Amino acid sequence: MTPFAYARAGDSAEAVRLGADTTAAYLGGGTNLVDLMRETVARPARLVDVTGLSDRIEDTPEGGLLIGAAVRNTALAEHRAVRTRYPMLSRAILAGASAQIRNMATVGGNLLQRTRCTYFYDTEGSRCNKRDPGSGCDAHEGFNRIHAILGASPSCVATHPSDMCVALAALDATVHVEGGGGARTLPFDALHRLPGDRPDIDTVLTPGELITAIELPPLPFAATSTYRKVRDRASYAFALISVAAALEMEGDRISDVRIAFGGVAHKPWRATLAEAALRGGPATEAAFRDAAAREFADARPLRDNAFKPALATRTLVAVLGALAKGETA
Amino acid sequence: MSLIINGTAVAPPADPRVSLLDHLRETLHLTGTKKGCNQGACGACTVLVDGQRILSCLALAVQYDGRAITTIEGLAGPDALHPLQSAFIDHDGFQCGYCTPGQICSAIGMIAEAKRGVPSHVSTDLADAVTLTREEVQERMSGNLCRCGAHNGIIDAIRQVATAEAAA
Repeated sequence: MTPFAYARAGDSAEAVRLGADTTAAYLGGGTNLVDLMRETVARPARLVDVTGLSDRIEDTPEGGLLIGAAVRNTALAEHRAVRTRYPMLSRAILAGASAQIRNMATVGGNLLQRTRCTYFYDTEGSRCNKRDPGSGCDAHEGFNRIHAILGASPSCVATHPSDMCVALAALDATVHVEGGGGARTLPFDALHRLPGDRPDIDTVLTPGELITAIELPPLPFAATSTYRKVRDRASYAFALISVAAALEMEGDRISDVRIAFGGVAHKPWRATLAEAALRGGPATEAAFRDAAAREFADARPLRDNAFKPALATRTLVAVLGALAKGETA
Repeated sequence: MSLIINGTAVAPPADPRVSLLDHLRETLHLTGTKKGCNQGACGACTVLVDGQRILSCLALAVQYDGRAITTIEGLAGPDALHPLQSAFIDHDGFQCGYCTPGQICSAIGMIAEAKRGVPSHVSTDLADAVTLTREEVQERMSGNLCRCGAHNGIIDAIRQVATAEAAA
Protein backbone atom coordinates (compact mmCIF):
# COMPACT_ATOMS: atom_id res chain seq x y z
CA MET A 1 0.00 0.00 0.00
CA THR A 2 1.30 3.45 -0.90
CA PRO A 3 1.64 5.71 2.19
CA PHE A 4 -1.26 8.09 2.79
CA ALA A 5 -2.55 10.56 5.35
CA TYR A 6 -5.80 9.76 7.15
CA ALA A 7 -8.42 12.20 8.40
CA ARG A 8 -11.90 11.68 9.74
CA ALA A 9 -14.56 14.16 8.67
CA GLY A 10 -17.17 15.21 11.21
CA ASP A 11 -19.65 16.43 8.61
CA SER A 12 -20.02 16.87 4.86
CA ALA A 13 -18.61 20.42 4.84
CA GLU A 14 -15.43 19.26 6.57
CA ALA A 15 -15.22 16.23 4.25
CA VAL A 16 -15.48 18.38 1.14
CA ARG A 17 -12.82 20.76 2.50
CA LEU A 18 -10.47 17.84 3.29
CA GLY A 19 -11.26 16.07 0.02
CA ALA A 20 -10.71 19.03 -2.31
CA ASP A 21 -7.16 17.93 -3.03
CA THR A 22 -7.19 15.83 -6.23
CA THR A 23 -4.98 13.17 -4.63
CA ALA A 24 -7.57 12.58 -1.88
CA ALA A 25 -10.17 9.82 -1.81
CA TYR A 26 -13.26 9.44 0.36
CA LEU A 27 -13.30 6.29 2.48
CA GLY A 28 -16.55 4.56 3.43
CA GLY A 29 -16.53 1.01 4.75
CA GLY A 30 -13.33 0.29 2.84
CA THR A 31 -14.54 -3.04 1.46
CA ASN A 32 -13.44 -2.12 -2.06
CA LEU A 33 -11.04 0.82 -1.64
CA VAL A 34 -8.78 -0.81 0.97
CA ASP A 35 -8.42 -3.85 -1.29
CA LEU A 36 -7.67 -1.66 -4.33
CA MET A 37 -5.06 0.26 -2.32
CA ARG A 38 -3.43 -2.95 -1.14
CA GLU A 39 -3.17 -4.06 -4.79
CA THR A 40 -1.88 -0.54 -5.68
CA VAL A 41 -4.69 -0.10 -8.20
CA ALA A 42 -5.68 2.94 -6.12
CA ARG A 43 -2.97 5.16 -4.64
CA PRO A 44 -4.59 8.15 -2.89
CA ALA A 45 -2.25 10.40 -0.91
CA ARG A 46 -5.01 11.22 1.59
CA LEU A 47 -8.04 9.30 2.82
CA VAL A 48 -10.98 11.25 4.14
CA ASP A 49 -13.07 8.93 6.30
CA VAL A 50 -16.73 9.81 5.68
CA THR A 51 -18.33 7.05 7.75
CA GLY A 52 -19.23 9.75 10.31
CA LEU A 53 -21.64 11.41 7.89
CA SER A 54 -25.39 10.90 8.09
CA ASP A 55 -26.45 7.31 8.70
CA ARG A 56 -30.14 8.20 8.97
CA ILE A 57 -33.03 6.91 6.86
CA GLU A 58 -35.83 9.47 6.91
CA ASP A 59 -39.26 9.85 5.32
CA THR A 60 -39.40 12.73 2.85
CA PRO A 61 -42.39 15.13 2.70
CA GLU A 62 -43.19 13.69 -0.77
CA GLY A 63 -43.57 10.18 0.65
CA GLY A 64 -40.16 8.82 -0.35
CA LEU A 65 -37.04 8.08 1.69
CA LEU A 66 -33.84 10.04 2.22
CA ILE A 67 -30.92 7.68 2.88
CA GLY A 68 -27.71 9.12 4.34
CA ALA A 69 -24.54 8.18 2.46
CA ALA A 70 -23.04 6.53 5.55
CA VAL A 71 -25.97 4.15 6.08
CA ARG A 72 -24.53 0.63 6.09
CA ASN A 73 -25.88 -1.81 3.53
CA THR A 74 -27.33 -4.12 6.20
CA ALA A 75 -29.13 -1.21 7.88
CA LEU A 76 -30.73 -0.23 4.58
CA ALA A 77 -31.75 -3.79 3.68
CA GLU A 78 -33.36 -4.40 7.08
CA HIS A 79 -35.14 -1.04 7.36
CA ARG A 80 -38.88 -1.65 7.68
CA ALA A 81 -39.89 0.96 5.10
CA VAL A 82 -37.44 -0.41 2.54
CA ARG A 83 -38.60 -3.98 3.09
CA THR A 84 -42.27 -3.12 2.64
CA ARG A 85 -42.24 -0.18 0.19
CA TYR A 86 -39.15 -0.97 -1.93
CA PRO A 87 -38.57 -4.74 -1.54
CA MET A 88 -36.39 -4.84 -4.69
CA LEU A 89 -33.86 -2.68 -2.86
CA SER A 90 -33.72 -4.95 0.20
CA ARG A 91 -33.41 -7.99 -2.03
CA ALA A 92 -30.71 -6.43 -4.22
CA ILE A 93 -28.58 -5.59 -1.19
CA LEU A 94 -29.11 -9.04 0.36
CA ALA A 95 -28.04 -10.67 -2.93
CA GLY A 96 -24.69 -8.87 -2.80
CA ALA A 97 -21.39 -9.66 -1.07
CA SER A 98 -21.42 -11.40 2.33
CA ALA A 99 -23.05 -10.41 5.61
CA GLN A 100 -19.73 -9.15 7.01
CA ILE A 101 -19.17 -6.93 3.97
CA ARG A 102 -22.75 -5.64 4.05
CA ASN A 103 -22.22 -4.66 7.71
CA MET A 104 -19.19 -2.56 6.70
CA ALA A 105 -20.16 -1.17 3.28
CA THR A 106 -21.85 2.23 3.06
CA VAL A 107 -24.47 3.39 0.58
CA GLY A 108 -22.17 6.09 -0.84
CA GLY A 109 -19.31 3.64 -1.21
CA ASN A 110 -21.51 1.08 -2.92
CA LEU A 111 -22.28 3.59 -5.67
CA LEU A 112 -18.59 4.35 -6.19
CA GLN A 113 -17.17 0.82 -6.10
CA ARG A 114 -14.95 -0.06 -9.05
CA THR A 115 -15.43 -2.89 -11.52
CA ARG A 116 -14.52 -6.47 -10.61
CA CYS A 117 -12.92 -7.08 -14.02
CA THR A 118 -9.97 -9.31 -13.16
CA TYR A 119 -7.71 -7.49 -15.61
CA PHE A 120 -8.39 -4.25 -13.74
CA TYR A 121 -6.99 -5.85 -10.57
CA ASP A 122 -4.03 -7.54 -12.25
CA THR A 123 -1.42 -4.80 -11.90
CA GLU A 124 1.48 -7.18 -12.61
CA GLY A 125 0.37 -8.86 -15.80
CA SER A 126 -2.51 -7.13 -17.61
CA ARG A 127 -3.21 -4.06 -19.66
CA CYS A 128 -6.24 -2.08 -18.53
CA ASN A 129 -7.42 1.31 -19.76
CA LYS A 130 -9.46 1.81 -16.62
CA ARG A 131 -6.45 1.33 -14.33
CA ASP A 132 -3.77 2.70 -16.64
CA PRO A 133 -5.32 4.89 -19.38
CA GLY A 134 -3.97 4.20 -22.85
CA SER A 135 -2.38 0.86 -21.94
CA GLY A 136 -4.98 -1.27 -23.74
CA CYS A 137 -7.68 -3.77 -22.70
CA ASP A 138 -6.81 -7.40 -22.15
CA ALA A 139 -10.42 -8.30 -21.37
CA HIS A 140 -11.60 -7.55 -24.88
CA GLU A 141 -9.90 -10.65 -26.33
CA GLY A 142 -9.40 -12.39 -22.98
CA PHE A 143 -11.60 -14.28 -20.55
CA ASN A 144 -14.70 -12.13 -20.72
CA ARG A 145 -17.52 -14.29 -19.37
CA ILE A 146 -18.46 -11.66 -16.79
CA HIS A 147 -18.13 -8.65 -19.09
CA ALA A 148 -20.47 -6.18 -20.78
CA ILE A 149 -22.80 -6.74 -23.73
CA LEU A 150 -24.31 -3.24 -23.89
CA GLY A 151 -22.72 0.20 -24.08
CA ALA A 152 -19.12 -1.05 -24.11
CA SER A 153 -16.31 0.49 -26.15
CA PRO A 154 -13.07 -0.72 -27.72
CA SER A 155 -11.38 0.77 -24.65
CA CYS A 156 -13.33 -1.09 -21.97
CA VAL A 157 -15.81 -3.96 -21.60
CA ALA A 158 -16.04 -3.89 -17.80
CA THR A 159 -19.32 -4.11 -15.89
CA HIS A 160 -20.45 -2.22 -12.81
CA PRO A 161 -20.52 -4.79 -10.00
CA SER A 162 -23.19 -3.39 -7.66
CA ASP A 163 -26.50 -5.12 -6.97
CA MET A 164 -27.91 -2.25 -4.94
CA CYS A 165 -27.33 0.20 -7.79
CA VAL A 166 -29.47 -1.87 -10.17
CA ALA A 167 -32.43 -1.40 -7.83
CA LEU A 168 -31.65 2.32 -7.41
CA ALA A 169 -31.62 2.71 -11.19
CA ALA A 170 -35.02 1.02 -11.49
CA LEU A 171 -36.45 3.15 -8.66
CA ASP A 172 -35.45 6.50 -10.24
CA ALA A 173 -33.41 7.47 -7.19
CA THR A 174 -31.83 10.90 -6.87
CA VAL A 175 -28.21 11.35 -5.81
CA HIS A 176 -27.38 14.24 -3.49
CA VAL A 177 -23.79 15.50 -3.77
CA GLU A 178 -21.71 18.29 -2.27
CA GLY A 179 -18.53 19.79 -3.61
CA GLY A 180 -16.44 22.92 -3.63
CA GLY A 181 -19.06 24.54 -5.86
CA GLY A 182 -21.93 23.76 -3.49
CA ALA A 183 -24.63 21.12 -3.37
CA ARG A 184 -26.54 19.61 -6.30
CA THR A 185 -28.68 16.62 -7.12
CA LEU A 186 -28.62 14.36 -10.14
CA PRO A 187 -30.81 11.53 -11.38
CA PHE A 188 -29.34 8.15 -10.50
CA ASP A 189 -29.18 7.09 -14.14
CA ALA A 190 -26.97 10.12 -14.88
CA LEU A 191 -24.39 9.28 -12.18
CA HIS A 192 -22.48 6.44 -13.85
CA ARG A 193 -20.87 6.83 -17.28
CA LEU A 194 -20.44 4.52 -20.22
CA PRO A 195 -16.73 3.91 -20.83
CA GLY A 196 -16.21 5.56 -24.22
CA ASP A 197 -12.54 6.43 -24.54
CA ARG A 198 -12.23 7.39 -20.84
CA PRO A 199 -13.01 4.19 -18.92
CA ASP A 200 -10.82 5.45 -16.07
CA ILE A 201 -13.71 7.78 -15.16
CA ASP A 202 -16.65 5.86 -13.68
CA THR A 203 -19.03 8.70 -12.81
CA VAL A 204 -19.87 12.29 -13.72
CA LEU A 205 -18.85 13.52 -10.25
CA THR A 206 -16.20 16.22 -10.39
CA PRO A 207 -13.00 15.72 -8.38
CA GLY A 208 -13.74 16.32 -4.70
CA GLU A 209 -17.51 15.95 -5.03
CA LEU A 210 -19.00 13.83 -2.27
CA ILE A 211 -22.19 11.78 -2.28
CA THR A 212 -24.13 12.82 0.83
CA ALA A 213 -27.46 11.00 0.37
CA ILE A 214 -29.70 8.97 -1.92
CA GLU A 215 -33.33 9.89 -2.24
CA LEU A 216 -36.04 7.43 -3.24
CA PRO A 217 -39.14 8.99 -4.75
CA PRO A 218 -42.54 7.67 -3.69
CA LEU A 219 -43.45 4.74 -5.96
CA PRO A 220 -46.44 2.89 -4.50
CA PHE A 221 -46.29 0.03 -6.99
CA ALA A 222 -42.70 -0.70 -5.95
CA ALA A 223 -44.35 -2.68 -3.12
CA THR A 224 -44.70 -5.27 -5.91
CA SER A 225 -41.06 -5.37 -6.91
CA THR A 226 -38.15 -7.75 -6.63
CA TYR A 227 -34.55 -8.41 -7.60
CA ARG A 228 -33.27 -11.62 -9.13
CA LYS A 229 -29.60 -12.44 -9.58
CA VAL A 230 -28.03 -15.21 -11.64
CA ARG A 231 -24.47 -16.13 -10.71
CA ASP A 232 -21.97 -18.97 -10.86
CA ARG A 233 -22.63 -20.08 -7.27
CA ALA A 234 -25.64 -19.76 -5.01
CA SER A 235 -24.23 -17.07 -2.74
CA TYR A 236 -21.40 -14.56 -2.40
CA ALA A 237 -20.61 -14.07 -6.10
CA PHE A 238 -21.00 -11.19 -8.52
CA ALA A 239 -23.88 -11.24 -11.01
CA LEU A 240 -23.69 -12.73 -14.46
CA ILE A 241 -27.12 -11.20 -14.98
CA SER A 242 -29.49 -9.53 -12.58
CA VAL A 243 -32.88 -7.92 -12.92
CA ALA A 244 -34.62 -5.37 -10.70
CA ALA A 245 -38.26 -4.88 -11.61
CA ALA A 246 -41.52 -3.42 -10.35
CA LEU A 247 -44.85 -4.05 -12.00
CA GLU A 248 -48.23 -2.32 -11.78
CA MET A 249 -51.27 -4.03 -13.30
CA GLU A 250 -54.63 -2.51 -14.18
CA GLY A 251 -56.90 -5.42 -14.96
CA ASP A 252 -54.94 -7.57 -17.40
CA ARG A 253 -52.87 -4.64 -18.71
CA ILE A 254 -49.53 -3.39 -17.49
CA SER A 255 -50.14 0.19 -16.38
CA ASP A 256 -46.54 0.85 -15.30
CA VAL A 257 -43.27 -1.00 -15.02
CA ARG A 258 -39.66 -0.39 -13.93
CA ILE A 259 -36.81 -2.58 -15.14
CA ALA A 260 -33.04 -2.40 -14.72
CA PHE A 261 -30.35 -4.98 -15.49
CA GLY A 262 -27.06 -5.68 -13.74
CA GLY A 263 -24.08 -7.52 -15.19
CA VAL A 264 -24.63 -6.20 -18.72
CA ALA A 265 -22.87 -2.82 -18.88
CA HIS A 266 -20.40 -0.32 -17.45
CA LYS A 267 -23.31 1.11 -15.47
CA PRO A 268 -26.54 -0.23 -13.98
CA TRP A 269 -28.69 -0.55 -17.10
CA ARG A 270 -32.11 1.06 -16.95
CA ALA A 271 -34.18 -0.79 -19.56
CA THR A 272 -36.21 2.09 -20.97
CA LEU A 273 -36.85 0.34 -24.31
CA ALA A 274 -38.28 -2.73 -22.59
CA GLU A 275 -40.39 -0.58 -20.26
CA ALA A 276 -41.85 1.42 -23.17
CA ALA A 277 -42.70 -1.78 -25.01
CA LEU A 278 -44.56 -3.18 -22.01
CA ARG A 279 -46.57 -0.17 -20.80
CA GLY A 280 -50.23 -0.54 -21.70
CA GLY A 281 -49.78 -4.05 -23.01
CA PRO A 282 -50.58 -7.51 -21.69
CA ALA A 283 -48.51 -9.30 -19.06
CA THR A 284 -47.78 -12.33 -21.21
CA GLU A 285 -44.59 -14.28 -21.73
CA ALA A 286 -44.60 -13.22 -25.39
CA ALA A 287 -44.76 -9.56 -24.38
CA PHE A 288 -41.93 -10.01 -21.87
CA ARG A 289 -39.78 -11.73 -24.53
CA ASP A 290 -40.50 -9.01 -27.04
CA ALA A 291 -39.55 -6.31 -24.51
CA ALA A 292 -36.25 -8.05 -23.77
CA ALA A 293 -35.56 -8.45 -27.50
CA ARG A 294 -35.93 -4.69 -27.96
CA GLU A 295 -33.61 -3.95 -25.05
CA PHE A 296 -30.92 -6.35 -26.26
CA ALA A 297 -31.26 -5.64 -30.00
CA ASP A 298 -27.96 -3.72 -29.87
CA ALA A 299 -26.17 -6.21 -27.61
CA ARG A 300 -22.59 -6.95 -28.69
CA PRO A 301 -21.56 -10.12 -26.86
CA LEU A 302 -17.89 -11.08 -26.56
CA ARG A 303 -16.25 -14.49 -27.00
CA ASP A 304 -17.28 -15.87 -23.60
CA ASN A 305 -20.54 -14.09 -22.80
CA ALA A 306 -22.78 -14.81 -25.81
CA PHE A 307 -25.16 -16.47 -23.34
CA LYS A 308 -26.01 -13.18 -21.65
CA PRO A 309 -28.85 -11.82 -23.85
CA ALA A 310 -30.71 -15.15 -23.62
CA LEU A 311 -30.03 -15.45 -19.89
CA ALA A 312 -31.18 -11.87 -19.29
CA THR A 313 -34.32 -12.55 -21.33
CA ARG A 314 -35.18 -15.71 -19.40
CA THR A 315 -34.53 -13.94 -16.10
CA LEU A 316 -36.76 -11.01 -17.08
CA VAL A 317 -39.54 -13.35 -18.22
CA ALA A 318 -39.38 -15.20 -14.91
CA VAL A 319 -39.31 -12.03 -12.79
CA LEU A 320 -42.17 -10.26 -14.59
CA GLY A 321 -44.22 -13.47 -14.62
CA ALA A 322 -43.82 -13.73 -10.86
CA LEU A 323 -44.61 -10.05 -10.26
CA ALA A 324 -47.75 -10.32 -12.44
CA LYS A 325 -48.93 -12.98 -9.98
CA GLY A 326 -48.06 -10.71 -7.03
CA GLU A 327 -45.02 -12.77 -6.01
CA THR A 328 -42.02 -10.75 -4.84
CA ALA A 329 -39.68 -13.43 -3.46
CA MET B 1 -9.22 7.78 21.71
CA SER B 2 -8.31 4.12 21.54
CA LEU B 3 -9.58 0.79 20.30
CA ILE B 4 -11.30 -1.35 22.94
CA ILE B 5 -10.17 -4.87 22.18
CA ASN B 6 -11.73 -7.60 24.28
CA GLY B 7 -12.41 -4.98 26.94
CA THR B 8 -8.91 -3.51 27.01
CA ALA B 9 -8.09 -0.07 25.58
CA VAL B 10 -5.21 -0.15 23.12
CA ALA B 11 -3.65 2.57 20.98
CA PRO B 12 -4.44 2.63 17.27
CA PRO B 13 -1.45 2.12 14.97
CA ALA B 14 0.63 5.16 14.06
CA ASP B 15 0.65 4.10 10.39
CA PRO B 16 -2.88 4.30 8.93
CA ARG B 17 -2.06 1.55 6.43
CA VAL B 18 -2.24 -1.11 9.17
CA SER B 19 -5.37 -3.23 8.88
CA LEU B 20 -7.32 -4.17 11.97
CA LEU B 21 -6.30 -7.76 11.25
CA ASP B 22 -2.58 -6.96 11.22
CA HIS B 23 -2.96 -4.76 14.30
CA LEU B 24 -4.56 -7.66 16.18
CA ARG B 25 -2.07 -10.26 15.05
CA GLU B 26 1.25 -8.44 14.66
CA THR B 27 1.03 -5.66 17.26
CA LEU B 28 -1.21 -7.17 19.93
CA HIS B 29 -0.24 -10.82 19.26
CA LEU B 30 -3.89 -11.87 19.29
CA THR B 31 -3.28 -14.57 16.69
CA GLY B 32 -6.66 -16.29 17.06
CA THR B 33 -8.00 -14.10 14.25
CA LYS B 34 -6.64 -15.62 11.05
CA LYS B 35 -5.37 -14.17 7.80
CA GLY B 36 -6.70 -16.26 4.93
CA CYS B 37 -7.11 -14.43 1.62
CA ASN B 38 -6.51 -10.87 2.95
CA GLN B 39 -8.96 -9.60 0.33
CA GLY B 40 -12.40 -10.12 1.82
CA ALA B 41 -13.22 -13.42 0.16
CA CYS B 42 -12.82 -16.07 2.88
CA GLY B 43 -14.10 -14.78 6.24
CA ALA B 44 -11.20 -16.19 8.31
CA CYS B 45 -10.51 -12.72 9.75
CA THR B 46 -14.09 -12.10 10.97
CA VAL B 47 -14.32 -10.20 14.28
CA LEU B 48 -17.17 -8.43 16.07
CA VAL B 49 -17.32 -4.63 16.25
CA ASP B 50 -19.96 -3.42 18.73
CA GLY B 51 -21.54 -6.85 18.23
CA GLN B 52 -21.57 -6.70 14.39
CA ARG B 53 -19.48 -9.09 12.34
CA ILE B 54 -16.97 -7.50 9.98
CA LEU B 55 -13.86 -8.50 8.03
CA SER B 56 -10.78 -7.21 9.83
CA CYS B 57 -8.61 -7.60 6.69
CA LEU B 58 -10.58 -4.89 4.84
CA ALA B 59 -10.73 -2.64 7.91
CA LEU B 60 -8.11 0.01 8.50
CA ALA B 61 -7.47 -0.08 12.27
CA VAL B 62 -7.58 3.73 12.54
CA GLN B 63 -11.19 3.67 11.32
CA TYR B 64 -12.20 1.72 14.43
CA ASP B 65 -10.91 4.19 17.00
CA GLY B 66 -13.35 4.20 19.92
CA ARG B 67 -15.10 1.00 18.87
CA ALA B 68 -15.43 -2.21 20.93
CA ILE B 69 -13.83 -5.13 19.11
CA THR B 70 -14.28 -8.74 20.18
CA THR B 71 -12.02 -11.47 18.85
CA ILE B 72 -12.14 -15.22 19.44
CA GLU B 73 -9.87 -14.67 22.48
CA GLY B 74 -12.48 -12.39 24.04
CA LEU B 75 -15.48 -14.71 23.84
CA ALA B 76 -14.98 -16.84 26.95
CA GLY B 77 -11.48 -16.21 28.29
CA PRO B 78 -8.61 -18.71 28.43
CA ASP B 79 -10.23 -21.25 30.77
CA ALA B 80 -13.77 -21.49 29.46
CA LEU B 81 -15.61 -22.16 26.23
CA HIS B 82 -18.31 -20.10 24.59
CA PRO B 83 -21.37 -22.27 23.82
CA LEU B 84 -20.53 -22.07 20.11
CA GLN B 85 -16.98 -23.27 20.77
CA SER B 86 -18.41 -26.30 22.63
CA ALA B 87 -20.94 -26.92 19.87
CA PHE B 88 -18.23 -26.83 17.19
CA ILE B 89 -16.35 -29.55 19.13
CA ASP B 90 -19.51 -31.63 19.63
CA HIS B 91 -20.46 -31.48 15.94
CA ASP B 92 -16.97 -31.81 14.40
CA GLY B 93 -17.34 -28.31 12.99
CA PHE B 94 -13.69 -28.20 11.88
CA GLN B 95 -10.71 -30.24 10.80
CA CYS B 96 -7.64 -28.02 10.53
CA GLY B 97 -9.26 -25.25 12.57
CA TYR B 98 -7.92 -22.35 10.55
CA CYS B 99 -11.33 -20.93 9.60
CA THR B 100 -12.88 -21.71 13.01
CA PRO B 101 -12.32 -18.39 14.85
CA GLY B 102 -13.85 -16.53 11.92
CA GLN B 103 -16.71 -19.02 11.67
CA ILE B 104 -17.51 -18.66 15.38
CA CYS B 105 -17.33 -14.84 15.46
CA SER B 106 -19.41 -14.75 12.28
CA ALA B 107 -21.99 -17.11 13.75
CA ILE B 108 -22.36 -14.95 16.88
CA GLY B 109 -23.00 -11.91 14.70
CA MET B 110 -25.33 -13.90 12.46
CA ILE B 111 -27.48 -15.17 15.35
CA ALA B 112 -27.84 -11.58 16.59
CA GLU B 113 -28.87 -10.42 13.10
CA ALA B 114 -31.49 -13.15 12.87
CA LYS B 115 -32.89 -12.23 16.30
CA ARG B 116 -33.16 -8.63 15.13
CA GLY B 117 -35.16 -9.83 12.10
CA VAL B 118 -32.62 -9.06 9.37
CA PRO B 119 -33.86 -10.98 6.30
CA SER B 120 -31.54 -12.88 3.95
CA HIS B 121 -31.33 -13.64 0.25
CA VAL B 122 -33.26 -16.89 0.78
CA SER B 123 -36.03 -15.45 2.99
CA THR B 124 -39.34 -15.84 1.14
CA ASP B 125 -41.10 -13.08 3.03
CA LEU B 126 -39.05 -10.02 3.95
CA ALA B 127 -41.44 -9.14 6.77
CA ASP B 128 -41.42 -12.50 8.57
CA ALA B 129 -39.54 -13.27 11.75
CA VAL B 130 -36.41 -15.26 10.90
CA THR B 131 -36.27 -19.01 11.44
CA LEU B 132 -32.73 -20.33 11.13
CA THR B 133 -33.36 -23.28 8.85
CA ARG B 134 -30.34 -25.06 7.31
CA GLU B 135 -30.89 -23.08 4.12
CA GLU B 136 -30.94 -19.78 6.05
CA VAL B 137 -27.76 -20.65 7.96
CA GLN B 138 -26.01 -21.71 4.74
CA GLU B 139 -26.86 -18.41 3.08
CA ARG B 140 -26.06 -16.26 6.11
CA MET B 141 -22.70 -18.00 6.63
CA SER B 142 -21.68 -17.94 2.96
CA GLY B 143 -18.98 -15.38 3.72
CA ASN B 144 -17.02 -17.97 5.73
CA LEU B 145 -15.30 -20.64 3.69
CA CYS B 146 -14.00 -23.94 5.09
CA ARG B 147 -11.47 -25.64 2.84
CA CYS B 148 -11.73 -28.85 4.89
CA GLY B 149 -15.43 -29.06 4.06
CA ALA B 150 -16.73 -29.10 7.62
CA HIS B 151 -19.73 -26.99 6.66
CA ASN B 152 -22.33 -29.61 7.65
CA GLY B 153 -20.93 -29.81 11.17
CA ILE B 154 -20.61 -26.03 11.33
CA ILE B 155 -24.28 -25.61 10.40
CA ASP B 156 -25.34 -28.24 12.96
CA ALA B 157 -23.33 -26.50 15.68
CA ILE B 158 -24.73 -23.06 14.88
CA ARG B 159 -28.32 -24.29 14.70
CA GLN B 160 -27.98 -26.08 18.04
CA VAL B 161 -26.81 -22.91 19.78
CA ALA B 162 -29.33 -20.67 17.98
CA THR B 163 -32.19 -23.02 18.94
CA ALA B 164 -31.04 -23.18 22.56
CA GLU B 165 -30.78 -19.37 22.71
CA ALA B 166 -34.23 -18.97 21.20
CA ALA B 167 -35.68 -21.33 23.80
CA ALA B 168 -33.97 -19.60 26.73
